[in-house]
Amino acid sequence: MSNEKKEFWRWKEYNWRDETTDWKGAETITAGADVGSVSSQAVILVDGKLYAYSNMRTGSDSPDSARKAMDWALRDTGMTIDDIHYIVGTGYGRVNVPFANRAITEIACHARGGNLMYGPTVRTVLDMGGQDCKAIRCDERGKVTNFLMNDKCAAGTGRGMEVFADLLAVPIEDVGDLSLDVDEEPPPVSSTCVVFAKSEASSLLREGWSKKRVLAAYCSAMAHRVVTLLERIGVEKDFAITGGIAKNSGVITRLEKELGFESLKSNYDTQIAGALGAALFAKTLVEKQRKSA
Amino acid sequence: MTTAGIDIGAKLVKVLILRDREILAKAQEPVGFEPGAAAERAFGQALKQSGLAEKDVEVVYATGAGRKVAPYANDSVTEVSAAAKGVVYFHPSVRTIIEVGAEEGRAVKCDERGKVQDFAINEKCAAGAGSFTEAMARALELDLEDFGKISLESTKSIPMNAQCAVFAESEVVSLVHAKTPNPDIARAVHDAIASRIVSMVRRVGINKDVALVGGVSHNPGFVDSLNRAMETDVIIPENPEYAGALGAAILAGERGK
Repeated sequence: MSNEKKEFWRWKEYNWRDETTDWKGAETITAGADVGSVSSQAVILVDGKLYAYSNMRTGSDSPDSARKAMDWALRDTGMTIDDIHYIVGTGYGRVNVPFANRAITEIACHARGGNLMYGPTVRTVLDMGGQDCKAIRCDERGKVTNFLMNDKCAAGTGRGMEVFADLLAVPIEDVGDLSLDVDEEPPPVSSTCVVFAKSEASSLLREGWSKKRVLAAYCSAMAHRVVTLLERIGVEKDFAITGGIAKNSGVITRLEKELGFESLKSNYDTQIAGALGAALFAKTLVEKQRKSA
Repeated sequence: MTTAGIDIGAKLVKVLILRDREILAKAQEPVGFEPGAAAERAFGQALKQSGLAEKDVEVVYATGAGRKVAPYANDSVTEVSAAAKGVVYFHPSVRTIIEVGAEEGRAVKCDERGKVQDFAINEKCAAGAGSFTEAMARALELDLEDFGKISLESTKSIPMNAQCAVFAESEVVSLVHAKTPNPDIARAVHDAIASRIVSMVRRVGINKDVALVGGVSHNPGFVDSLNRAMETDVIIPENPEYAGALGAAILAGERGK
């Protein structure tokens, strides 16, 4: 990687753990590893309660990314992977999670994770991920009843936003707030395709548009794109948004405005929904295993 | 009769001066931020080449995405009509024209006089246009010209999963990490874009002969992939990037002011 050029898309990796919980006396320790196309997360549950997690960028190798995410989640916990009773892999690279006992689709995991994060009233989970965008309908137990996804095109995805942040030389974490700091809402960029939107943005900048205004135009185009996906499947309330873009106030505010209602907010990190769902499935599976044993 | 065609595309302005079936001059300029000014410069160059003065050119027609801002133009025609006319003029056996420009791909079905009967366009997505190849060459840090050439050295066909140019770029990077040889990556890219273009062509039907025009026709790797995907060899007219400008100049002669 070149050091000369700053990579504005490069979001920070991190981990978290609950220092108040002692896992040593726990009955069940389960984990979920979500290897996505852009980011990977590992979540550890101690007796069904969130204990530790990590959020990393996915590298070119899925098993490595899964291991790296799990190592980060385990860091400073005194726990090793052998202490975990059951691990479920999910996400785009789920079949390449070497230490997983089982793989479950990310659709199922997002619905299940969303159910815990936002409560059982959630009926629609919109996962705005790195390389795809999924609208998931689910029941009160977090079971998927229907879903629709765009995984063909970068418009409306985190990767598209990364490309844009880089083009405008704005750190990706700042994109949302900056895009809201405009006096008047500009018309959305007209290109759907990220490649074309980039050329469009370049000419807008040359015409004298401020970066904030261009970001506003892009965020609103992205929001609109996602609303059309949601409209195809129908949004039943309560409505929640997961994934990395859920942290982008510029997209979320505009999306809620176009939909005409707000999304539920949660204290959980929106990017761990998939891994959290996987860890919850792991808990159910290990308990079932014990019962039949 | 002396006529001219001005084709203002997404990347380049092309100008061609025609007199009685003979191409007197042709010139091109990058569109930049002022397509009108770029067209004026290209027009000036073409005049200089032909040794003509502006008043010697009797009728001027414009075409291309930026045709509305073309200077000197008496009228304009769509890029679909212009391409069909321009190709069939010198290649009367052609019934299907594939045009792949920087940001747009088109398939045109026409009759023996170059009249359009049906067409399909991809203008929404970079995946079916020249920008796709450009982005992939950039990801490999290769010159676009080399990228086209090395594709022919490939011995293996690797399918690409990504459709979107943005995702394909990450996929190319993964292929590099997996130590895939550059020629095989180049071919995978050209196969991918060719397959998307062929599925667009199928919407109008593949009627022989088939011609390929637009800037991408200069890329031998893409042409090879396209021929394979079409199961027929495409005809590439001389100066394929001027097909639209030529068609506009011909229509200028036929329709007049």
